[in-house]
Amino acid sequence: MPNQNNTASMAAARPTLLNLTRWLLLTVLVLPFAQPADARIIHRERSLYSTILVDQRGNTLCLQFSVRKDQRNQTCMDRSAPRKMVFPYAKMMMLSLLMVPEPERILIIGLGGGTLPVALNELYPEAKIDAVEIDPAVKTVAETYFGFQENDNMKVILKDARVHTKRALAAGQRYDLIMLDAFNGDYIPEHLLTREYLEETRELLTEGGVVAANTFAISRLYDHESNTYRAVFGTFYNVRSRISANRVILASNGELPDMAALAAAGRAIGPSLAPYDVRVNDFLPGFSTEADWDETARVLTDQYSPANLLSNQ
Amino acid sequence: MPAIIYALAFTGGFVIMSLELLGGRVLAPYFGSSIYVWGSIITVFMLSLALGYLFGGKLSLHRPSLTKFGIIFAVAAVLLYPLVYSAEPAMIFIFERVEDPRYGSLLAASLLFILPTVIMGMISPYSVRLLVASTHESGQVAGRLYFVSTMGSALGTLATSFYFVLWFEMNTILTMLALALLLMSAIALTAGNLSSRDRNETAGQTSNW
Repeated sequence: MPNQNNTASMAAARPTLLNLTRWLLLTVLVLPFAQPADARIIHRERSLYSTILVDQRGNTLCLQFSVRKDQRNQTCMDRSAPRKMVFPYAKMMMLSLLMVPEPERILIIGLGGGTLPVALNELYPEAKIDAVEIDPAVKTVAETYFGFQENDNMKVILKDARVHTKRALAAGQRYDLIMLDAFNGDYIPEHLLTREYLEETRELLTEGGVVAANTFAISRLYDHESNTYRAVFGTFYNVRSRISANRVILASNGELPDMAALAAAGRAIGPSLAPYDVRVNDFLPGFSTEADWDETARVLTDQYSPANLLSNQ
Repeated sequence: MPAIIYALAFTGGFVIMSLELLGGRVLAPYFGSSIYVWGSIITVFMLSLALGYLFGGKLSLHRPSLTKFGIIFAVAAVLLYPLVYSAEPAMIFIFERVEDPRYGSLLAASLLFILPTVIMGMISPYSVRLLVASTHESGQVAGRLYFVSTMGSALGTLATSFYFVLWFEMNTILTMLALALLLMSAIALTAGNLSSRDRNETAGQTSNW
């Protein structure tokens, strides 16, 4: 029997409490110590969905979605060499091209600074690229600071990824390559990590299509997420890097190519990836199909998906 | 008897907020977790509670009893439980017809949550009526009831978001909420039965004397 105040205050509290906490953290704890002397924050924004920070260190611009310093995902761009990818996870995502060397339709979930779509648009100017982003503010920042621009073949769709996936399926669309890179900030959208969502994603792939997912390498979520991908795609390539806390999953809607085939594909497309600083041979030793996780961890489903709680454990 | 009414009000508060919190999870696979999905859910809950307050107050005018109070809980349970199996087909139906996820989520939230929440909104005014014996103490009684039910809401929110979703599947939690309402209904009906029998016996004795 909550009276009105009770529910109403909860309603108001959801967005504002989160923002207030972030704001407090930012001003009281982080700002005075966070940046080395030569870095400065050139853009700060609290959007509907996250805190967006752009900082500049010399020639390098970085986009962050959190004030936390242990923050995993950020997009950085060296303005003197804008094509060069700075973070290993972005390069690892590009390795999906070893499994699908000539994609004609590409879906990217999570725009970030636009690094991945821009690189793919350069590599495959004829391919249709849809980048789905929930937060309009992220698109504006990508355009303003990271030189992202839509064109005839590369579009941003401002929508929840799950809604886009269901709508695209209903409309009979299919993609050759789907990149899942939606987990940028402190909050994980739990409905994008479930078996049902991955089943919908797999259905959205063409025969032999590939999904590349930037996922969690630390915390208990690693075990749960790995088992969820196994449940939908069977064996997949687990790509890890010694110099990164990220893990990229490469899975196929078809037969998984063996390492010899990947090495051959690497020789074929390696030169075109070089301008992005993606050196295939550096990463191939990090490919594995072995389960290095707890295989008894529960599969995440629409019914059971406490991803945010698990990521803290 | 007051203890039972407070316990029922507490449970009502607990179930409402637990259900509201789960609402976001129910809708997310079809309408996403954008801010307007939460907007839809909160709107629907506020409107339903508002109507429930009105109906509950009205109902309390006609021979209020613990038995009727218990029936409110049973009806709430019966209207809540179908979420377990009908949420999915209802959302598919709306998803196929409404393109805009704002109106889709508003429609889905209405269809799924209005009925049980209106009924649960009736608990509040009805329990005030059952407890108030004089105008003098009415404010204090209402204050105490809001305290107890809002504590239930706080605990329902906390328990669901911190622990239930980590331990149980969503349908298990929804079933537990319906069972909690049924249990409280049974307690109210039993107590209502006993107290009316007491009254009848006392009345009988009085006439014998």
